[in-house]
Amino acid sequence: MPTRTVTVGSSSGLHARPAKIFVEAAAKAPVKVTIRSGDRKPVPAKSMLSVLALGAKQGTEVILEAEGEGADEALDSLAELLAKDLDADA
Amino acid sequence: MPEVLTGIGVCAGTAAGPLLRIAAAPALPAPVPVTDAAAEYGRAEAALAEVVAELGRRADRATDATVAEVLRAEALMADDEELRDGVRELIDEGHDAPHAIDGAFATFREAFAAAGGYLAERVADLDDLRDRAVAVLLGLPMPGVPSPGHPYVLAARDLAPADTADLDPDQVIGLVTEVGGPTSHTAILARALGLPAVVACPGVLAVPDGTLVLLDGASGQLRVGVSEAEATAAAQSAAEVAAAASTLTGPGETSDGYAVKLLANVGSAKNVPAADEAHAEGIGLFRTELLFLDRAQEPTLDEQIAAYRDVFTAMAGRRVVIRTLDAGADKPLPFLNQDGEPNPALGVRGLRVARQRPDVLTTQLAAIAEARSQTGADVWVMAPMVSTLDEATGFAAAVREAGLPKAGVMIEVPAAALRAADLLRVVDFLSIGTNDLSQYTFAADRMCGDLADLLDPWQPALLQLIGVCGAAGRAAGKPVGVCGEAAADPLLAPVLVGLGVTSLSMSPRAIGPVRAALAARTEAECRRLAELAVAAPDAAEARKRAM
Repeated sequence: MPTRTVTVGSSSGLHARPAKIFVEAAAKAPVKVTIRSGDRKPVPAKSMLSVLALGAKQGTEVILEAEGEGADEALDSLAELLAKDLDADA
Repeated sequence: MPEVLTGIGVCAGTAAGPLLRIAAAPALPAPVPVTDAAAEYGRAEAALAEVVAELGRRADRATDATVAEVLRAEALMADDEELRDGVRELIDEGHDAPHAIDGAFATFREAFAAAGGYLAERVADLDDLRDRAVAVLLGLPMPGVPSPGHPYVLAARDLAPADTADLDPDQVIGLVTEVGGPTSHTAILARALGLPAVVACPGVLAVPDGTLVLLDGASGQLRVGVSEAEATAAAQSAAEVAAAASTLTGPGETSDGYAVKLLANVGSAKNVPAADEAHAEGIGLFRTELLFLDRAQEPTLDEQIAAYRDVFTAMAGRRVVIRTLDAGADKPLPFLNQDGEPNPALGVRGLRVARQRPDVLTTQLAAIAEARSQTGADVWVMAPMVSTLDEATGFAAAVREAGLPKAGVMIEVPAAALRAADLLRVVDFLSIGTNDLSQYTFAADRMCGDLADLLDPWQPALLQLIGVCGAAGRAAGKPVGVCGEAAADPLLAPVLVGLGVTSLSMSPRAIGPVRAALAARTEAECRRLAELAVAAPDAAEARKRAM
């Protein structure tokens, strides 16, 4: 299954504004994308509550997974988003 | 005869109008058996959708972009597939819609609370969303601030930031809460918005909605059941006072020309325009924590230089008192790797962090010095949480080592207040943080609403400690400022000046009324009021004597 491992780049972590931007982007992806951190079970990337509950901070490593048509492209763009500091362009 | 309720006035001014309460969170009803699971899920889904729609409408109405964004993020939390799945599962197990919604939120609530930090603070958002959805299901108004379309005095048990994020100042003309204290969110918000406010006012929630009230944020009194004529007259005179205060500009001074610097508290360059609008003479407290919060690593030297330079540039030619990092066990920062302490307010915080991590202070002072050299601001540096002469000496040496001209310390610990004269031998100025000085003098947690009366800035023991510092400043010919919430109280300002305080730093919105209050007194009157207040047996009497 296509997988990307990314280090969260936003200075406030995957919270608040960065989480909102990520979740909204994941909801627009043509495939179902999951996100997990460490050994915990993967959760849907388009669920704001689940993404927040990861508690990912700046520097936390998260793993994105998706399957099907367009999975690689979707993962690439979401991974790029996660790696950026989304607080910086506020 | 109108009934009079008494609380603690936290923002001076009068407001007259009908009293309306914030709608309370609904209690969960007794569980009922579910016969048609599909229909029950439909009800739950519709309730969540209504919550999302309502948050969207509030976001559209909000004039502040940050507030709108917070509301949209909350809407996204309620519009969540995983949440709906959780609700559906619970309904399939036989729970009714309100209990299923409660249960589904509870799963996330646990995860948020367990994660701690930022997420633990979001637990209140989850509870708010749940309460909203349950209220819709029960046919009750959604909890929160009413929006009747006319001016009113808002009453609540206490106000949380979520309640007030989109408070409409055209409708809400005053605040009164049953609990809370002079440093609670309600008090801080009231001063930021310049709204007359009374906290710790028992009995206010028993007043029926719509009753005409007259609120006096100076005396802390709420007259309940006043006549239309009385309310109209009070509203008119309040408008006249506000108009008079807004016409005064220029440096702060008493009626006989004794200068008192009126400065603004800021957290970043974003707050500088508000300070300018209020004709602040400079910055009396530049908090540097913002840059450090939620950071896994310490911000770099260059990052710090840029952040400080932004504020210094905007304040070129004026005074900027910058406070070194005020964090520690009570406000933990990940990069400091502090383990939990049993009593964080009394733990390693403020300047004490430098005992373990002197490098953090050295880097920050180097950044401040570099930012200063690139700009024309009159930069003063002070350390938080100083208790002894030894600590003050060490800090002053570090400041001078960095090439900075003015070193000061905050007075938050009674030990430091008592030895103010000693401290002024080694530093150039003092700045009194009244919120912490209250907390440590009265051994009363700032966050503890039940002890609000002890945290009243009019407590004579607190005023006496401020007086010790003021007298030391006069003797040494060195400035003594106040940068706590007490500085924003127009009634208290003349008393502080009489105690020897030479500058007052506050939320920009509070500057106008404080300027007007000082202009109404001579310096000799200020000294007399100060003597009367310190000699008072209690806070209420001290306040009464200063009127």
